[in-house]
Amino acid sequence: MSNLVIVEHDNNEVAAATLHAVTAAQQIGGDIDLLVAGENCGAVAEAAAKIAGVSSVKLADDAKFGHHLAENLATLIVDVAPGYSHVLASATTFGKNVMPRAAALLDKAQISEIVEVKSPDTFVRPIYAGNALATVQSSDEIKMITVRTIMFEAAAAEGGSASVEVIGGGADTGLSSWVSQAVSNNDQVDLTSAKIVISGGRGMQSGDNFEMLHKVAAKLGAAVGASRAAVDSGFVPNELQVGQTGKVIAPDLYIAVGISGAIQHLAGMKESKVIVAINNDSEAPIFQVADYGLVADLFEAVPELDAAL
Amino acid sequence: MKVLVCVKRVLDPQVKARVKADGSGVDLANAKMTMNPFCENGLEEALRLREAGTVEEIIVASVGGGKTEETLRHGLAMGADRAIQVVTEEALEPLAIAKVLKQIAEQEGVGLVLTGKQAIDDDSNQTAQMMSALLGWSLAAFCSDIKIEGDKATIIREVDAGLETIEVRMPTVMSADLRLNEPRYVKLPDVMKAKRKPMDKIELDSLGLDTANRLTTLQVEEPEGRAAGIIVNSVGELVEKLRNEAKVI
Ligand SMILES: Cc1cc2nc3c(=O)[nH]c(=O)nc-3n(C[C@H](O)[C@H](O)[C@H](O)COP(=O)(O)OP(=O)(O)OC[C@H]3O[C@@H](n4cnc5c(N)ncnc54)[C@H](O)[C@@H]3O)c2cc1C
Repeated sequence: MSNLVIVEHDNNEVAAATLHAVTAAQQIGGDIDLLVAGENCGAVAEAAAKIAGVSSVKLADDAKFGHHLAENLATLIVDVAPGYSHVLASATTFGKNVMPRAAALLDKAQISEIVEVKSPDTFVRPIYAGNALATVQSSDEIKMITVRTIMFEAAAAEGGSASVEVIGGGADTGLSSWVSQAVSNNDQVDLTSAKIVISGGRGMQSGDNFEMLHKVAAKLGAAVGASRAAVDSGFVPNELQVGQTGKVIAPDLYIAVGISGAIQHLAGMKESKVIVAINNDSEAPIFQVADYGLVADLFEAVPELDAAL
Repeated sequence: MKVLVCVKRVLDPQVKARVKADGSGVDLANAKMTMNPFCENGLEEALRLREAGTVEEIIVASVGGGKTEETLRHGLAMGADRAIQVVTEEALEPLAIAKVLKQIAEQEGVGLVLTGKQAIDDDSNQTAQMMSALLGWSLAAFCSDIKIEGDKATIIREVDAGLETIEVRMPTVMSADLRLNEPRYVKLPDVMKAKRKPMDKIELDSLGLDTANRLTTLQVEEPEGRAAGIIVNSVGELVEKLRNEAKVI
């Protein structure tokens, strides 16, 4: 068996998500090679070579990979994949975008968002917003997999000494081009890796009121998240959304404030170690998954919490 | 330009999925079914493109058995011009679905394919990406804004880091995110009108494609539930529990 893990990065650093995909590859067994495709991303390849358990890193450094557009990157994966039994990427918007395109070009199925490796050909994946878990066995000779990062520990970023091999990258498909990226707030704690997350829902009533959550978050070293209703209402930007169609996170502590606990929201946070719900409706479904529930008006409870910390 | 909108019939998002006692799958008998919400966003966008004059004809297509027609009728009631049902009782995987719909897109000579970004039943999030590959077209996945101008489209995509803007060459395959638009409500006269709109049925076998599944589902089970929690009476008690009992702050 041999695994190829597609490295997610920003041309400077390896994304944490990739370390979790490497762990899934370790559980499958066999050699692990990494593919780094980007522009002026030599530093990424060097860092990738240090990840524990990696045999070799393939580096495709070319302007056409600079923004990880699906068309060029999928073409590259198709060139590199033959010979590997498993090709993996994290189930982030990066992996979700490119992997199915590569899989179809290879005429292989994709196994999306695995949460467990049962054996080299058998995996568990959530369906129906995580209300069911399906165990599936693949008959493809190359298994194309995306990995739900929270269900696999991060591999050690140091300790490996893989070789770096520079590879070519084929022609530019010219099908798409990158224009811009809006990043709202860089100095906040990253939602996907935060140990503590405090999320607000429709009950917050406005974007300004999220300031209350930011104050608590600053004291706890926490990230701020949101329900879809809060994003749809324009209180906060889309990258804060937790749930079936947003981010799936599993912090040590998740505090849901003014969130009812719809199936689709629970899908993104129910693996959290400890869940706290603050809601003035004692019937809200969020209380069914909460370890600690507080039935209270958030506009009184959150400032009190802030003062108590 | 003609557009193909691919839609899927799924369990209503408000209904909690129940796993069958024998572990063979999710129980859909008598369950409330609807058009996948993301597919509705895809169709709504096509309707708006037609209203703006960018699109002339909207074809809705779906692959599935008996009641799939109901979902396509809903698409016609929303405003699609005609429907194509590729009939099969088998549950095909996204790769097979992509092969089928690619063939329909080519037969119909469409210049644009719109799908939902994921179906809320199997949560695969693959079909649009796979269709783009098989057609050799550009890919615009997870769209929350679409502007088509001539042979190019400018897309805003919802990605983990925020919003990314890309430009794709037409023809293209786009997958809709929920914030792309607010799908319209269907009114009774639209439902009546939809009954008279054309509905083609194509047998899957007649397409001559390799649609064999690559995955075997061995078991479907319910995830372990969380242990029951407690209700605290004050913020003070909450902070005390988080510090001394859960030890998370
Ligand atoms: C296909 C699909 C995908 C979806 N994906 C997601 C997703 O990824 N993430 C997601 O979150 N949702 C998602 N949703 C939406 C989901 O179904 C719910 O609509 C959404 O989660 C509701 O958000 P909310 O809990 O903030 O709002 P509501 O359900 O309106 O709940 C607001 C809560 O705030 C409480 N409240 C109000 N005022 C106060 C106050 N003063 N003090 C205390 N409590 C107060 C209320 O009691 C209520 O429980 C999806 C839906 C669909 C159909």
